[in-house]
Amino acid sequence: MKIGLYPGCSMEGGSKEYRESVYAVAKAFNIELVNVPDWNCCGATAAHNLNKVLSLALPARILALAEQAGLEEIVVPCAACYSRLVMTQHELSLHHELKEEVVDALGMKYEGSSKILNVIQFIEKYILPELEKKVSHPFAKKVACYYGCLLVRPHKVLQFDRYDDPMTMDNVMNKLGADAIDWAFKVECCGAGFSVSNTQAVATLSGKIMDDATHRGAEAVIVACPMCHSNLDMRRPQIDKYLGRKTKIPVIYITQAIGMAIGIDKKELGLQRHFVPVDLILDRKQIVAEENVELTK
Amino acid sequence: MSSEAHHHEDHSLAGKAEKHTGVNAARCYQCGKCSAGCPMANDMDYPPSVILRMLQTHDPVMEEKVLRSMSIWLCLSCEMCIGRCPQEVDIPPLMDWLRQESIKRKMTNPKAKKIIAFHKSFLNTLKQNGRLYEVGLIVDYKMRTMALTQDIDTAPGMLTRGKLPLIPEKIKNLKQMKQIFEKSFKNKEEQS
Repeated sequence: MKIGLYPGCSMEGGSKEYRESVYAVAKAFNIELVNVPDWNCCGATAAHNLNKVLSLALPARILALAEQAGLEEIVVPCAACYSRLVMTQHELSLHHELKEEVVDALGMKYEGSSKILNVIQFIEKYILPELEKKVSHPFAKKVACYYGCLLVRPHKVLQFDRYDDPMTMDNVMNKLGADAIDWAFKVECCGAGFSVSNTQAVATLSGKIMDDATHRGAEAVIVACPMCHSNLDMRRPQIDKYLGRKTKIPVIYITQAIGMAIGIDKKELGLQRHFVPVDLILDRKQIVAEENVELTK
Repeated sequence: MSSEAHHHEDHSLAGKAEKHTGVNAARCYQCGKCSAGCPMANDMDYPPSVILRMLQTHDPVMEEKVLRSMSIWLCLSCEMCIGRCPQEVDIPPLMDWLRQESIKRKMTNPKAKKIIAFHKSFLNTLKQNGRLYEVGLIVDYKMRTMALTQDIDTAPGMLTRGKLPLIPEKIKNLKQMKQIFEKSFKNKEEQS
């Protein structure tokens, strides 16, 4: 089965492991992901902060290229890119004049007909039906599923899950054998694009998220957004400084978690690329062996 | 804004904002839910509900304070406010428009320098490559802000983890990218 993919810039750089795990999981379920040809950056926060037409034209080019390539459905694993693409499709479907201005800037045809899936929708549609029977290493850990902002808001446009207490990722993790905990920071903001220009804000907001996850006994935080991941993982020294103590909980992409549970090699999932080491052991034999070592001590 | 006011050209900041974004600030009845949920409200000079109240006054002094505020630059577009607003006042696009207006009128808050520099550096790398080029972005940002030593302890970790490609990935159709930028920014000054 072939499905379109818009990887987005982070997946080629700062969050390479997300791309690796998306591909590894797709492969395990016999899904071929086809890149949108000659894709460009969605414009991210910078474009919509500084120029409205640009913020619509950049995602519109991606959608137009997908249409040209006959990709009716495209998976957008980055939550921020997903938000920009869906918001653009929505805006341009409502405002005809704006659409004409954007089409003029592009100089190419744009219909707005592509179906855009975020990573959880992709998992629900193509992975979940076959998932349980493939689980060889149950993810028997307490996990805090962190959705952040752009997967669920604005709800009126995205129409995905419940915006205040989403459960789709929790359900996937529970199917992997995890115990997805109830916690208070599921949809709070991590500080998003302020990683470089206002690092203190990221330390504070992400610090509160890690603090709640720690207090509730989470052994891993599960994410579906490169920006959330880099703020909670790469910015951990700043987070720990804000909290005044060391937090050791790893931050794992939902696709990495699926990969771990179905026995894909750690390297193939890019787990070694994290700043906070992923020391979780899921293999039953290994768990028993480690417990025996503990007992003989 | 009364309903009759809609029939005339409204020159207030709120009126112009509504014309461009469709967001009517007058709908806000000051319940304060947006400010309570806003993750950045603590750092803002005026929390979101106060920005809306200032717009409602149509007082040029208040309007200038809005455009010179730090709040408009601290908004993360996390969309929490619109998630909670009982009146569905869509604050994030309003904030986008206020930022752009603040730049146009040369009223940007001096403390927002780093944030604006980051956005501009980001767009610069897009214009040149069509995609984000982290190294180019950081060099451009450091030149703008002179924050030369910032994150020098983070970069090596990114490099060893294969998270910092040194060569930019360029799209094939850079001509189209250039055209998109030129048509989007009618005023060249705002782009650089």
